[in-house]
Amino acid sequence: MRWLACVALILLAAAAQARDAAPLADDPVLEQRVMRLASELRCLVCQNETLADSRADLAIDLRNQVREQMRAGKTDEEIKAWLTQRYGDFVLYRPPVKSSTWLLWFGPFVLLIAGAAALLIYLKRRRARTDTAQFTPEQHRQAQALLAEDLRDETP
Amino acid sequence: MKSLRFILPLVLFAVLVGFLWHGLSLNPREVPSPLIGKPAPGFELTRLDQPAKAISEKDLRGQVWLLNVWASWCVSCMEEHPVLVQFASQNVVPIYGLNYKDKRADALAWLAKHGDPYTMSLSDPEGRVGIDYGVYGVPETYVIDKAGVIRYKRIGPVTQEVLAEKILPLVQELKGS
Repeated sequence: MRWLACVALILLAAAAQARDAAPLADDPVLEQRVMRLASELRCLVCQNETLADSRADLAIDLRNQVREQMRAGKTDEEIKAWLTQRYGDFVLYRPPVKSSTWLLWFGPFVLLIAGAAALLIYLKRRRARTDTAQFTPEQHRQAQALLAEDLRDETP
Repeated sequence: MKSLRFILPLVLFAVLVGFLWHGLSLNPREVPSPLIGKPAPGFELTRLDQPAKAISEKDLRGQVWLLNVWASWCVSCMEEHPVLVQFASQNVVPIYGLNYKDKRADALAWLAKHGDPYTMSLSDPEGRVGIDYGVYGVPETYVIDKAGVIRYKRIGPVTQEVLAEKILPLVQELKGS
């Protein structure tokens, strides 16, 4: 009895898988293109998921729309424009470069340059400090006297 | 010069805290709609109660109207529904419903049970018009002016506060102009 249930479960699982894979079968090349574009787009329902990964209803609908538009011969850029017209730049995981995103795009480089400049200035100053740190002849004599004393103490 | 070394990091820290504090008050689920200030997308949909009758956005021009996206399967719609029913009874502004990805029979039964605040509801069974309007979380509510331009979008349930503070003043202003 138990093995019968097992077989039934395995068959059920197979059937469930077959249904999931169905849309892939009819045009694998197109499907790959859909998924490649969808993986660059954000799902608005589960915001940390891509449109390709999400199982939300809206994500499925949007993937269908993307697929439909690709069939109709639209380019990836046209489809992205179509989506941003409706949902804003938020759907793009790679935001466009424009005045409101300058800080986002160039901020890290500005910080890097500022950090490098600060480091350079610091090093320069430190070198200047160590260069000027020179002993007077009197100090040299004292140091030598101390060292000689030390050596004498150590010799048995 | 010496004091700058101590003040500068403190200032930077304060700026950072300022940004983070502001970030805490933002709702990440609210995506600003690019459609504000743009003409409401066109549609041609059938009436929920009269499937044979088609309505387009052009039929609604010349008046200020609200578009409320709802569905019988939507839990938050239940929350806002009494607010809409009460608001509709004041006859301030017509509310048009966009019945989003719903079955006609379910939708009609839901309205019969909970009350119908809508001047009319339009069926969008596949959610295509919803996508054109940038709908991603039902319920959503749009305020559209006489020229057919979207002026405001509310994502999530309309509350008494939102009505009183955002929607009503805007509607009065748009009706006056």
